[in-house]
Amino acid sequence: MPSSTSTSAAGPPSGAGLRPVSLQGRRRPGEAVIKAVLFVSAMISIVTTAGIIITLVRPSLDFFAEVEVLAFLTGTDWGPTRGEFGILPLVKATLLITLIALIVAVPVGLGAAMYLSEYASRRTRKIFKPVLELLAGVPSVVYGFFALAVVTPWLLQDLLNLEVGFTNALAAGLVLGVMIVPTVASLAEDAMSAVPLALRQGSLAMGANRMQTTLRVVFPAALSGIGAAIVLGLSRAVGETMIVALAAGALPSTSLDPREGMQAMTGYMATTAGGENPVGSLEYNTLFAVGLTLFVITLVINVISIRLIRRFRQEY
Amino acid sequence: MASLTATAPATVLASGRRSRDANTPSVVFLIGLWASLFFGVVVLLVLIISTAIDALPRLDGPLVADYYSGIRPEQTGFRAGILGSMWLMLGTALLAVPLGIASALYLEEFADRHRWYNKLIEVNLQNLAAVPSVVYGLLAVAAMSVLGFDRSGIVLGGSIALALLILPVVIITTREAVRAVPREIREGSMALGATVWQTTWRQTLPSAVPGIATGTILGLSRAIGEAAPLLLLGVAIGVRFDPNGFLSVFTALPIQIYTSTSQSQEEFQTAAAAAIIVLLVMILGMNAMAIYIRNKFQRTW
Amino acid sequence: MPNSPQTFSVREDARVASEESQQVHVGSLVEAAGDGDRRLPDAPPDPVMEAYGLNVFYGDFHAVHDVNLSFGKHEITALIGPSGCGKSTVLRCLNRMNDLVPGARVEGEISYHGQNIYAKGVDPIAVRTHIGMVFQKPNPFPKSIYDNIAYGPRVIGMKVDSMDDVVEEALRGAALWEEVKDKLKQSAYSLSGGQQQRLCIARTIATKPDVILMDEPCSALDPIATSRIEDLMGGLRDEYTIVIVTHNMQQAARVSDRTAFFTARPDETTGNRTGLLVEYDLTSRIFANPHDKRTEDYISGRFG
Repeated sequence: MPSSTSTSAAGPPSGAGLRPVSLQGRRRPGEAVIKAVLFVSAMISIVTTAGIIITLVRPSLDFFAEVEVLAFLTGTDWGPTRGEFGILPLVKATLLITLIALIVAVPVGLGAAMYLSEYASRRTRKIFKPVLELLAGVPSVVYGFFALAVVTPWLLQDLLNLEVGFTNALAAGLVLGVMIVPTVASLAEDAMSAVPLALRQGSLAMGANRMQTTLRVVFPAALSGIGAAIVLGLSRAVGETMIVALAAGALPSTSLDPREGMQAMTGYMATTAGGENPVGSLEYNTLFAVGLTLFVITLVINVISIRLIRRFRQEY
Repeated sequence: MASLTATAPATVLASGRRSRDANTPSVVFLIGLWASLFFGVVVLLVLIISTAIDALPRLDGPLVADYYSGIRPEQTGFRAGILGSMWLMLGTALLAVPLGIASALYLEEFADRHRWYNKLIEVNLQNLAAVPSVVYGLLAVAAMSVLGFDRSGIVLGGSIALALLILPVVIITTREAVRAVPREIREGSMALGATVWQTTWRQTLPSAVPGIATGTILGLSRAIGEAAPLLLLGVAIGVRFDPNGFLSVFTALPIQIYTSTSQSQEEFQTAAAAAIIVLLVMILGMNAMAIYIRNKFQRTW
Repeated sequence: MPNSPQTFSVREDARVASEESQQVHVGSLVEAAGDGDRRLPDAPPDPVMEAYGLNVFYGDFHAVHDVNLSFGKHEITALIGPSGCGKSTVLRCLNRMNDLVPGARVEGEISYHGQNIYAKGVDPIAVRTHIGMVFQKPNPFPKSIYDNIAYGPRVIGMKVDSMDDVVEEALRGAALWEEVKDKLKQSAYSLSGGQQQRLCIARTIATKPDVILMDEPCSALDPIATSRIEDLMGGLRDEYTIVIVTHNMQQAARVSDRTAFFTARPDETTGNRTGLLVEYDLTSRIFANPHDKRTEDYISGRFG
């Protein structure tokens, strides 16, 4: 049997069996280099995360060398220029505004999702899904303007006759809620659509009407996906900057009254960044301490959301 | 999908009885759902129309041709912001697209999914997609100082922040576009003696280009409206010249809108409204381009 | 039956095996062939490829058990049997396409002109330039007809004086030239199913391989297209060695020189079916006078 192993390049002329056969590979350094380049690119995501952590932690360590952590986390007076570093007012504002946003976004988002998933014809879905996408495409600075220029004067002061400040948490929360409706609606709609037809048919066959089927069968079945949708909306609301920077207020306050202006964590960061604080100063480092707090909060929320999404994907 | 009509038993039994879906709670429920659906539409319309009304006095040529003027608000223009945003988008695309495609190709075509480091990359991407945009601003500041720049408020700094921000979007869209290419094409190529890279470069990637382009444009249409990272970078506000390169000091349209909105004079409010219309038109244009590309070039297998 | 004295009976072993543990032992094959040459009985005189003790696993699943085969030069060998018997798996081992399946593990040896293609240091890409494959469903690339054919030679770096000549020769070899010579720049998808499959064959022979593997090449085609490809195969045999997997017994009887019949045995623990080779002989003999009852049952249509 011919077993020649001369090293000829692959692709010789035909003449089966008689030509020299080489199965040893050509050295392919190019392929290995390419794979390495691609791998390095993929590692960028890890580098980014590491970068975020380092960027936030280092100045924060400097900060916490001078300000006690507990005092930072539980203090109720935020006034870095006065030497007060209690972050609670900022956190409270963020949470209050987020709560208002969820009060708007959850019912509206779930309602829209239920309609699209359970009642809508194909044509309706084709029209409204892009509309929701459009809503998601509006930049947040535009929403901020809308809150300041339209919601506060027309809706709150004129229409509802409320005593609200020029900047107030209510307007910011409402508009923020509108902004995250698409997020909640789209993920919730995915979750409800994934519930098998058989469950609905079983319910209808027993004599239940569509509303009962939707509320008592589909909704519970899609619960983990719906939970993920709400949590995702929550995460986006907490991290949003421009709306609160423009419309919520620039002064930290401990009040729980949404009609007043109050500064949120992201609002503080936006305002301070443009300020005159020298790099490395204590005031400058507050940016990173607040940023780190914000990052940790959103990270925890996101981990919960990802777990819920995984559970919802596994169910069906 | 779930448009189910009343079941047969109901219609058989109900001779003269109302459909089960027509009782009062059901009707109220349906109205509630309708309201939810239309809520978004209504708010969007109110937003656009009210802003357009506010903008009317200033929808003129000088809006886009003149520079910002703090002293004469009735003449303030957003030229620097418009051009700055365009430069910014160019820089963002130049950074995000190669990086995003390379990462996606690695994850889809080359990586062994069971290795721990590849799983780590996947988990990482999911987390990064949800980081607040302000934090990307801080990261870009740090990156610029590591790269040795004195000022971070230049086009490059903004591009870094926004490229990292939209990177997860680009990666996800590219992966989906690559996955849509059928296995048989890859197998056919490999069976002829092509390497994985040759197959990727000559077959998979060319077929995935329309999907990648669509996803990138949609990512950019999100990036163009971002202001928070730019604020953190210290991007200037009162810029009165056109940007002249990636290392140029610049301003962006959202930043100018932010500044203008923050001023109390009515003329600034009007100008801000007009600038918003310009920004929305730009975003709409980008979305339309993405949809056009998808419809015209997307291959159905 | 003309058995040379030194060969023993694979069928003998098979009968023994089916009584005991339903396995064909490699060892017995090796020691019984007394001339020191690991030849199967009635094996083709000039084999291009041979498989020894081939076992394939997908993770823990034992997909193919202990296959020994030999493929003769300028012969058409058919692998037949009911579905799920590992025929395609065996075929894909011959050009190392199973490497692309995550979790696939191959044990045993497959020799090509005396070299084990699964030996360390062997480049699967190089293997595939000598051993080509045509798939069940025609899979032309989303390119022009010309570029489909030219793709192979280009990626393997084949030195050509004129690509036009290479393309024409390949298309003639696949009996497609006359039909497409005026529309080489058109998309491959403008062709009919049968034409696309012939295009895939042309694409495969453009790189001048030695062996062509065909995985149920006609199962997606209508009878007329099928018969054109069967005619084509007869002509291709003069230049190449062909191994074809087919569900269609009559096709195997029509075109092949030798036939290997596979069946599947359920695994005691998992219930998954493991493929194994039952009988391998000249086509004429297998169909006229099979030695294993299982072969006879299949051929007469009693099952499968």
